[in-house]
Order: sequence, then structure tokens, then C-alpha cells
Amino acid sequence: MRLKSLAKNTILKGGIIIDPVKKTQNQGDIWLEDGLIKKVGDFDDIPSKSEIIDCKNKYITHGFCDIHSHFREPGREDKETLRSGSLAAMSGGFTRVCIMANTDPPIDNPESIKFIIEKSKTCPIHIHPIGAITKNQNGEDLTEMGMMLSEGAIAFSDDGIPIQNSKVMRLALEYSKMFDVPIINHAEDIYLSSNGLMHESFVSNQLGLIGNPDSSEAIMVFRDLELSLITNSKLHVPHVTTEKSVSLIREIKNKNKLITSEVTPHHIYFNVEYLRSFNTNFKVAPPIRSENDRQALINGLKDGTIDCIATDHAPHSVQDKETTFDLADCGMIGLESCFGAVNKVLTKNNEVSLIDLIVLLTVNPRKIMGFEIDLFSPGSEAEIVIFDPVKEWIFSSEKIKSKSKNSAFLGENLIGTIDYTISKDIIGKNLFS
Amino acid sequence: MVLKEKHLLGLDGYPKKDIQKIIKTAFNFREVLERPIKKVPSLQGVTIVNLFFENSTRTRISFELAQKRLSADSVNFSASSSSLKKGESFKDTAQNIEAMKIDAVVMRHPTPGSPKTLTEFIDACVINAGDGTHEHPTQAILDMMSLEEKFGKISGLKIGIVGDILHSRVALSNIYGLLTMGAKVTLCGPQNLIPRYIRDFGLNVTHKIDELIEWADAINVLRIQRERMGHSLIPSTREYRYLFGITKERLDNHKKEIVILHPGPINRGVEIDSEVADGDQAIILDQVLNGVASRMAILFLLCGGSIK
Repeated sequence: MRLKSLAKNTILKGGIIIDPVKKTQNQGDIWLEDGLIKKVGDFDDIPSKSEIIDCKNKYITHGFCDIHSHFREPGREDKETLRSGSLAAMSGGFTRVCIMANTDPPIDNPESIKFIIEKSKTCPIHIHPIGAITKNQNGEDLTEMGMMLSEGAIAFSDDGIPIQNSKVMRLALEYSKMFDVPIINHAEDIYLSSNGLMHESFVSNQLGLIGNPDSSEAIMVFRDLELSLITNSKLHVPHVTTEKSVSLIREIKNKNKLITSEVTPHHIYFNVEYLRSFNTNFKVAPPIRSENDRQALINGLKDGTIDCIATDHAPHSVQDKETTFDLADCGMIGLESCFGAVNKVLTKNNEVSLIDLIVLLTVNPRKIMGFEIDLFSPGSEAEIVIFDPVKEWIFSSEKIKSKSKNSAFLGENLIGTIDYTISKDIIGKNLFS
Repeated sequence: MVLKEKHLLGLDGYPKKDIQKIIKTAFNFREVLERPIKKVPSLQGVTIVNLFFENSTRTRISFELAQKRLSADSVNFSASSSSLKKGESFKDTAQNIEAMKIDAVVMRHPTPGSPKTLTEFIDACVINAGDGTHEHPTQAILDMMSLEEKFGKISGLKIGIVGDILHSRVALSNIYGLLTMGAKVTLCGPQNLIPRYIRDFGLNVTHKIDELIEWADAINVLRIQRERMGHSLIPSTREYRYLFGITKERLDNHKKEIVILHPGPINRGVEIDSEVADGDQAIILDQVLNGVASRMAILFLLCGGSIK
């Protein structure tokens, strides 16, 4: 990806503009002045010195927003830094990313929130730290949420470490209600999943790998949904993977409109059969589930039970993945393969319209975190992605901007490329597309 | 190549005719083992590493003996899995050993799939000597060879497997091998030690040991790991023996005589009584000898090339 500053006047010319707020799709131009939206649509009064970006046969829309990434800074800068994560995000069309707190040390106090905010200022995308729910992610003692929010925290999660104690979860939901921000709990009963390495299934029985049953997620999802009812708080359920969880969310969302949920690209793209290779890039938490679960997740996205797509971008070094299955770290990178993967699964194979898909990557995640959603109104800061939804490409390691290459999408034929991403007065061009 | 696959990682999907070929060759080597001079020059100049990341006595000795009988050069590498977690990575260990120019690796490792992972790091032929709770293909082959020796066939036999199926690589490899060879399989053990989807293999499950004894031609009695006793998996030794122990009394209650196998080492008085283990029905020591012959056959077919 090649980055450069936007010219004083930049014209995105001749593209198809998708406005995911109005849910419209029209041929037109966009005029950016000093990094802000000046005009959208038809206009002739273009200043003579403008830089023209040819968008013929391309689509132009809001920059994508990922509400679930891991950037590993501080602590594991060999895997990802705020800077390298930003470049991966831009390459994937993301202009705004919320990052999880499970760094080393965890982001569990106002000072560390400030550290992320300060360090992110020079990054080409907007980075929002999600603070830990409990101190040192110990699952017991609540963090200083009020002070962390003042420093720039956007939500709270102990992601990676599920909160087992229901009382603590209740207290977190009650306390956060004062600030009207979401609590995000990695839903898993760790006693039931008992170090399970993959989805419990006939495949896990065949491979002799310890299985993690679907109910270990559903039990915790149900608990969290119930707690959100008694507290009437904002609960966000991350990386939903099972049919059971989808049904529970569908049912209980009717009673509490503040419940939201997300699904990852890899859980709607792959199923448990892929684990047969023992390829550790498929080792993720929560695990890749059955084909039936995968279909239920897609249906959940279609009927609005699941609100958005989030990548769970989880970079790991070669040595932490290229080992035996039990020792390999959980997770895969996701920002750069996201659009090509979800576009292929949803618009090509499952009849989701392109506009609806864009909503899942822009308006909906923004709403969950309380960000401005109307990005095309004049005077708005330009957060824009220019993409080609039909171009096919192979996801390969030399294209990856993340410091880590751990992806199960390596070698996959994806559909849809990101050509340009505009954010913070910078335009990034993907050289391979 | 004599066999379809370069490695022996497991019996999942392993061709029937190759299992037959290994067993046939094993019977030839069995005959060699009965001679006064038990050594043949078949694998002269072939170097084999026994890479054991988990404790093993009998499997390692059986492989070593098979290598010596075939005149191969072999070296042993042992490492506890705990030191692996801290020290040199699995990949580095593997590549270091291969850099010393070896032809084959016999590996035991606590993690399922690690032999497959090993094949991605090195070029040598890999033989799985047990990968955690996944497979133990050479054990299943020697078990099938022992059944064939006793019954003259494997196809159509009714084989029971009793014990901790969930944690047993012996059970899983036996299931793959026996079903491929056309035998019928019934599993028996506590429900919490039977994998949830195991019936999808096309086999039966019972929790009544007497039903199994009544049905089976032969029963493979698995070793019960002592560390599983007294916790939530098996409440106590006597409870296990009460429900699933192969006792003389139980066998005598049934008119039909059945064959008893055990992969060893035996917990006498737990999963099997001494009277049974030492009795005429048991072929446990034949299995040990057939183990050497089977491993000779496997090493020979994978490392030696053609049968002269």
C-alpha cells in the first residue's frame, strides 16, 4: 500500500457511490477539500489544480469500521504495532478500528488508554482502544471505566479471557450503564470447553483433538443476554459462532434493543471440515464450527440478528503458529482478507445485496460504538474506500501488510479488491489490485 | 513405491491393500524372528531416528528391535513434552535432526496431528508411533495381524474395544483399520469416555460388558490410565472393575470362547484380571512378538523399496 497526503482538492471521478445511510447507489463524483467532503454527486465547478482519482467501474463508499481487532502494542510489537495494524487496516479498506485490551500489559487503566490514543495520533487511521472490564483481566475487579472513557476508551471487554463470574458480569453491565457504552464479553464457559482445540464434532473425534462444544458458547451467551435484561444495559456479543447463540440472540433482542452482536469473516467462510489439515491457521477462539452453524450465522446477518461483521484480527508470529496444534496460539489476521471473503460469501453465494453488505461494514458497526454514521454530508472528514466488487484475487502472504501472516485465507480465491482507502487526509493505494 | 503413501501417519483413509501388504510382509518377518539368527540385511545403510517426545518403553523397544533386526542404523532422541514448551521449538528439533541426513523418523508425540506437521518440516519418511489421543497405527496393525493369525481373517470378525475410548489412540487406529478391513466394531466403556460423535463411524456402542462378551469374537481391552481414576471421569478403580472389568467369572458366564487382546502395559485387577491375562484366551504376548514383525514390515516397505 502506498500512502500519500491528499491534495488540497481531490476529485474521486466517475465512480458508483454507495451511501449506506440512505441506502442508495448512484453514479457520481466526490470532491474532497482539505481532507473534508465538499460535494457529493454532480457538480462542474472543479478547481483547475485538483487531483483526479479515476474511479471508473469502481465503487465509492464509507471507510469500513472494524470494532474487534488486536494490535499487540504494547508487549508483542513483533506481531503487530499500532502503525503496522493501521496499514493492514487501510489495505483492507478500514478507516476506523477498535482494538482489544488484551495486550501485555493489558489496557486496564486510564494511563494505558492515553498511551494508545497518543501513539495512534500519527497513524493513518482512527484507532479506538477498548478498555479491559476487569483489572489485569482477572475477571473479578472492575476497572476505572469512567476515567478510561475520559481518556478515549470506546467500550469495555476482557476479550480473550471470558468472564466466568456471573456476578462480576452483572456488575460490569450495571456500572457501564452510567456511561452508555457497550460491554463485550467473549462468551465461553471455560470449564465446559476445557482446553478444547477445535469444534466438538465428528471431525474432532476423527482427529483425536479435544473438542469445544457449541454449548460452551451458547450457555454464556444466554447468561449474558439474561444479565443484559435485568440490567437493561448495552451488551455486545462478539464473534458469534453457533446456531444456538444466533437463536438466543434473535429471541432476546426483542426484549432489549440495546443488544448487538457481530460475526467474523472466517466463521462465515470456513467450516469444521477445514480442520482436517491440522493447519494451525484454522485454530481460532471461538473455533470454526459446523456447516450448519455457518449457515445459521449467514441467516443471522441477513435477518439482522447479527448486526455487523468484525474481523477479530489476531496477529501471531510464525513461531507461535508453526508448531504443534496444542501449543499454537489462537486466532488469525483478518483486516486484509475481510472484504474479499465476506463479499464472496454474502453477495456471490448468499444473495445479500452489495448495499446491505456495505452497511454491515460501515453504518452498523459505527452505530454500536456511537460513531458518526453520516459520512457523506459536506464538512465531514473524508473516510472513504474505493473498491471493485467483482475482481478476483488470490490472498497471498506477499500482499499482507500486517506484521503477521497467520491467515487461513492464504491461497484462497477471494472476490472484491480494495483500490484506495482515504482517511485522516491520507490516501492509500493498494498496489496489487 | 511399494506402499501408496510415503509416510505412515495413521490408518484414517489408509488403503486396504496396503494394510494387507504390511500384514503379509509382517508374517514373513515373523518367520525370520523364529530363526536362530534373527537378523536380515534389508535396511543396511538406512538411518532411522526414534524421536520420542513422550515416555514409552514397549513401543520404543519394539521399534528399536525391528530396526536392529533389519540392520538399520538407529538413534534415539527423547524429550519430555514440558521441556519442549520452554526450549527448542518442535520445528527446530525436527530440522536439526534432519540436517544430520536421516532417512526416516519414528515419532511419538503428545499432540494429535504432530506427525503430519513434522512432514511439513522435513523430507524424511515419518512413522507415527502414537500422537496423543489421535492415532497409533502400528499398534492397530499388530493387533490386526494377531487377529488374522488367530482367526485366519479379519473381514467379518466381531471386535469389541473396551475402556477409555476418548483418550485412546489405540482405539481410534483400531477403529479405522478394522472398519477398513471389513470387521464389525462395538465399543464399550463409561459414557463420559466415549466420544460424542463416535457412532458416525458406523459402529455400535454399549455400556454393558456382558452384552459385548456375548457378541464379540475378540475383545481388545484398553489400559486404563491411573491418572484418570478417582476424578470425575472414573469414580474409582473398583467401580470401573465392577462395570467393565474383564474377569474370569464374566467370561465363564458365556459359553462362547472369545479372544482377549491388550496393548499393554496391563493393570492387573483393574481392566483385566490376572487369570484372564495369563489364560489361554489371551494373545497378549503374541501381540508383542507380532509388534516387532509388523514394525519390521512397515520400516522395510517404507524405507527399503522392493520386496526381493
